[in-house]
Amino acid sequence: MGLLSDPVRRRALARLVLRLNAPLCVLSYVAGIAWFLALAFPPLTQRTYMSENAMGSTMVEEQFAGGDRARSFARDFAAHRRKSGALPVAWLERTMRSVGLEVYTQSFSRKLPFPDETHERYMVSGTNVYGILRAPRAASTESLVLTVPCGPDSTNSQAVGLLLALAAHFRGQIYWAKDIIFLVTEQDLLGTEAWLEAYHDVNITGMQSSPLQGRAGAIQAAVALELSSDVVTSLDVAVEGLNGQLPNLDLLNLFQTFCQKGGLLCTLQGKQASGRPHGPHGLFLRYRVEALTIRGINSFRQYKYDLVAVGKALEGVFRKLNHLLERLHQSFFFYLLPALSRFVSIGLYMPAVGFLLLVLVLKALELWMQLHEAGVGPEEPGGASGPSPPLLPTQTVGLASLVAPLLISQATGLALYILPVLGQHVAAQHFPVAEAEAVVLTLLAIYAAGLALPHSTQRVVSTQAPDRGWMALKLVALIYLVLQLACIALTNFSLGFLLAATMVPAAALTKPCGPRPLWAALLVLTSPAATLLGGLFVWRELQEAPVSLAEGWQLFLAALAQGMLEHHTYGALLFPLLALGLYPCWLLFWNVLFWK
Amino acid sequence: MAAPLALVVVVAVTVRAALFRSSLAEFISERVEVVSPLNSWKRVVEGLSLLDLGVSPYSGAVFHETPLIIYLFHFLIDYAELVFMITDALTAIALYFAIQDFNKVVVSMTRIFRRKPGQSRPFIIWLSFFPSLCFLHSRLSVPDLTPNIGLFWYFFAEMFEHFSLFFVCVFQINVFFYTIPLAIKLKDHPIFFMFIQIAIISIFKSYPTVGDVALYMAFFPVWNHLYRFLRNIFVLVCIIIVCSLLFPVLWHLWIYAGSANSNFFYAITLTFNVGQILLISDYFYAFLRREYYLTHGLYLTAKDGTEAMLVLK
Repeated sequence: MGLLSDPVRRRALARLVLRLNAPLCVLSYVAGIAWFLALAFPPLTQRTYMSENAMGSTMVEEQFAGGDRARSFARDFAAHRRKSGALPVAWLERTMRSVGLEVYTQSFSRKLPFPDETHERYMVSGTNVYGILRAPRAASTESLVLTVPCGPDSTNSQAVGLLLALAAHFRGQIYWAKDIIFLVTEQDLLGTEAWLEAYHDVNITGMQSSPLQGRAGAIQAAVALELSSDVVTSLDVAVEGLNGQLPNLDLLNLFQTFCQKGGLLCTLQGKQASGRPHGPHGLFLRYRVEALTIRGINSFRQYKYDLVAVGKALEGVFRKLNHLLERLHQSFFFYLLPALSRFVSIGLYMPAVGFLLLVLVLKALELWMQLHEAGVGPEEPGGASGPSPPLLPTQTVGLASLVAPLLISQATGLALYILPVLGQHVAAQHFPVAEAEAVVLTLLAIYAAGLALPHSTQRVVSTQAPDRGWMALKLVALIYLVLQLACIALTNFSLGFLLAATMVPAAALTKPCGPRPLWAALLVLTSPAATLLGGLFVWRELQEAPVSLAEGWQLFLAALAQGMLEHHTYGALLFPLLALGLYPCWLLFWNVLFWK
Repeated sequence: MAAPLALVVVVAVTVRAALFRSSLAEFISERVEVVSPLNSWKRVVEGLSLLDLGVSPYSGAVFHETPLIIYLFHFLIDYAELVFMITDALTAIALYFAIQDFNKVVVSMTRIFRRKPGQSRPFIIWLSFFPSLCFLHSRLSVPDLTPNIGLFWYFFAEMFEHFSLFFVCVFQINVFFYTIPLAIKLKDHPIFFMFIQIAIISIFKSYPTVGDVALYMAFFPVWNHLYRFLRNIFVLVCIIIVCSLLFPVLWHLWIYAGSANSNFFYAITLTFNVGQILLISDYFYAFLRREYYLTHGLYLTAKDGTEAMLVLK
């Protein structure tokens, strides 16, 4: 216990922390950012490899040749869909039955909290159609899923065609050990969520759906397909799921192996930070089903692939998944993908966030020591007679004056979370806006109103210890921020790192003395909403489709609405985290800045 | 003095009744940090039904309470909520009066910076003699390895059978081993000894829960006067708060999301227990220092008149 009980070494350490605090903080922040940037390079990244033995030993020969059949199915589907305006359930049922599957349907409906742009009404309803291919000699205990989401704007007719052609091809094989479910959902992700909830017999998002008539055992893996053209130039793989959850790396490795075998070009887009499910696979992950979404992209490249190539890749993936003896568990669940065949595991990417949070910890230590006049330390009563009455009187005063800002910030966060959806009708009555806009604008209004808080809280709280009250408040706010960022970084690394990189400097630098307008501008620029706005602009720049200010603002409003809607429909956690956790914390720093 | 006590008891009873009836009760009763094989209400009900059927409740590894409890609840099962509430209220009132009494002693002892020789209080050791030793076996040999906030489950999950007896002895000795040395050192301070002993038991017992942690933390206000002698209180409080917050996050990631595994959860358990142990030793050290200052004065001078420092060796 040398360090903890030896007063000489403790004093030296305390002096070090106090004197070198600023350089250490800067060094730590730079180290964190540099470590993150270094994650793209060889010593920290590794090539991906198959960890699951059952999927690596045999190679398969793909025999899928149903390209024409897929195209004709696709044309029929598109025609029927245009005619009926919704999913052609009867046609799908007939076709699936003719291909040889057991067909079932499921109807669902959901009342949205507010109508968004795509749906424009409160009630959303639809029908899912799925067919089960029973494995000839197995006991129907495990299954695989191939799903195609059909929404009002994304017809995905080629994907449906390919699904049916694959079903016909798979029906003629004898080697299947697991059942295969071919699922066509309506209303995109809402239909997928309804099907999953009914399949697993839970009700976590308040969806009303009819119970499923046919089941096929525990789902081992799922692949979602989105194809809108007859030829593709590349396949885009979406890995990130709801709340940043990732599937087992082996599934991605498997798909990548088959793409390489067929010469298909695969691309990857990283969007983990938003915590949105970027495809139906994101919803499967919540039920512990490894899933991927594959999107066919038709861009201006020279070499194009037709549906046979995509079909062969999918056939290979399903045949390998057929070999699985247990759920995918060998490979990594927490990883970063700088490229499709390179990954970084959690042990190597966590130090980046660790260094960033170390800045806040150092600042908190410094504040604690300043509050207790360290260097002398509380264990040396033989010093000035000033600190000799114990710190309890100032402690109790400090604690009491802290409670008010904490409660008020938390209450504002609660208002930000509850009021927009609750008050949308009132807002739509008094102002000439639609409900969706009313919700978003209320959100922004409450957010901005929080900026005016310090002026009102100062009147409520009487400053008994004016000089050091802000130190105690900043200490509490720093610890609160560290806690939240640590929890976020564990579950969703990208979001955690992004928030840490933007909020840490502002949080560490905030103090009521010095150039206040500068600190205020810095704090506002790094608040969660501003980070979102800036992030959108940067993301569009990276996509080589830059937007103007007005378009960016519209995108921002749409993103806010999407975030709130997804929280209510799928249970995405980004919105409650920002409203109930980070925003009150940020308000505490704003209060510190304007402490009189 | 009775008015604030009455007010606190009324508020506590209301909060407890509200919580019991809310949907939170179901959620909390499933949490692994709160419920352990020792105090799980479901297991008590299970044990009672086994008793009704004439089977020994200890035959499976389900029930781990003492036999007195099972006989008691046999009669009180219908009034369980009321019984718990009355017991809590009685505990609070008893603690309040005991601590009031103790505080008078502490204040009088500090006013005179000198210890009255030979004044010691007899302290009470509860020893219940139980008709059967089955419960001892089920509690000491740790057959149930449900994860909790203690240190046992991880080790015993990965241990081979022929080593388990040795490790069970080693782990359980930790609970009892500190009693005699502490009793010798703290023979004049029975209340502090009881506090340290409760803390050690709640850290090293077979199935700890946050209820045990709350038990010894409830005594912290009694030792407020030690606050100025504590040295690492900031770091330790931060560690304990961070670990308490990370427990449910990592439990969710392990069991529900399936991404993490038991190593993540156990790392947090280890850190939490290390934080607790350091906190208790910090309090012990602060107590010893305060005793030293009481007998030797507050301002220490070395032989040549310069300022001296107190060091633990």
